[in-house]
Amino acid sequence: MDQTKPSVLNRVWNITKYILAGAWFGVALVKGEIVSWYRLQEMFRFESFHMYGVIGSAVAVGALSIVLIRKSGLKGSDGNVLQPKRKTLNRGTVIGGMLFGMGWAMTGACPGSLYALAGAGFPAMVVIIAAALIGTFLYGIIRK
Amino acid sequence: MLEILSKPWPWYISGPMIGLTVPLLLLLGNKSLGVSSSFRHICAAVVPARRFTYFSYNWRNEQWNLLFAGGLILGGVFAGTILAPNEDVVIHADLQQYLATFGITPTTAPIPEALFSIDSLLTLRGLLLAVGGGLLIGFGTRYAGGCTSGHSILGLSSMQIPSLVATCSFMLGGLIMTHAILPFILALEI
Repeated sequence: MDQTKPSVLNRVWNITKYILAGAWFGVALVKGEIVSWYRLQEMFRFESFHMYGVIGSAVAVGALSIVLIRKSGLKGSDGNVLQPKRKTLNRGTVIGGMLFGMGWAMTGACPGSLYALAGAGFPAMVVIIAAALIGTFLYGIIRK
Repeated sequence: MLEILSKPWPWYISGPMIGLTVPLLLLLGNKSLGVSSSFRHICAAVVPARRFTYFSYNWRNEQWNLLFAGGLILGGVFAGTILAPNEDVVIHADLQQYLATFGITPTTAPIPEALFSIDSLLTLRGLLLAVGGGLLIGFGTRYAGGCTSGHSILGLSSMQIPSLVATCSFMLGGLIMTHAILPFILALEI
């Protein structure tokens, strides 16, 4: 039996699984009010614990999961060890970080929220996403 | 049942859900959670890439990320329709008072209509927030190499110092905007 070509089911799953993962994330963002401009304002004005609770518990769960995965020695289908990609530290981390933070406070949304809100029925998000794409494009042409 | 699910979910439910996306993506395909990279992939797919190194790579290898973004939209559709809340958003009394001075009152929507409706986008205030904010998000996240998902969730979960620096920078920028600049933008009425 020919085992070299992925079956149709395999190929469909390889696409569907990432859409489902995104949907899971999107529901969490919307129902958890992470997409809420108001909750972001409360976060930056220290008027509510909510967002700090979200990020803190998310990191706790994420960190624990990474430790468990590492201990298990699980490998991916390509034989590689499962591990998050490495982030680099440079000037952009700080400057770009602050610029994004400013945009985050203005719109009350991070990139994930922009997509989720667009789906949730707020067409104005399309304008913000378009502006973000232009911003990324500008970065791409400016950087050395 | 639907009534309970339609109310806002507490941080100790949504936070862990978000955290679980980290191992979910690792297990599904050794993928690192991140959303801002989708802006790069979309640009790479659309612009004539040969002229710019930053967009000269095979974005199709990162197809999973665009599928994830598509899923985000679908998740938003589901949560925003079937699980949509019936009650007005409850906010801190001080914030309510503060926003009222700028003509902003919460409704059932997670974002203020006075700022982000289609009509509001045609005001100077709305345009500045949407376009200015969008430009800053698109430029800043890529310059920083990630957003709150990639740095604050994945990066911090994997104990990476760059992501701690990035997250602190996100907060610093947001605090400066919120306390020093936003009051002036919100006061714009034209």
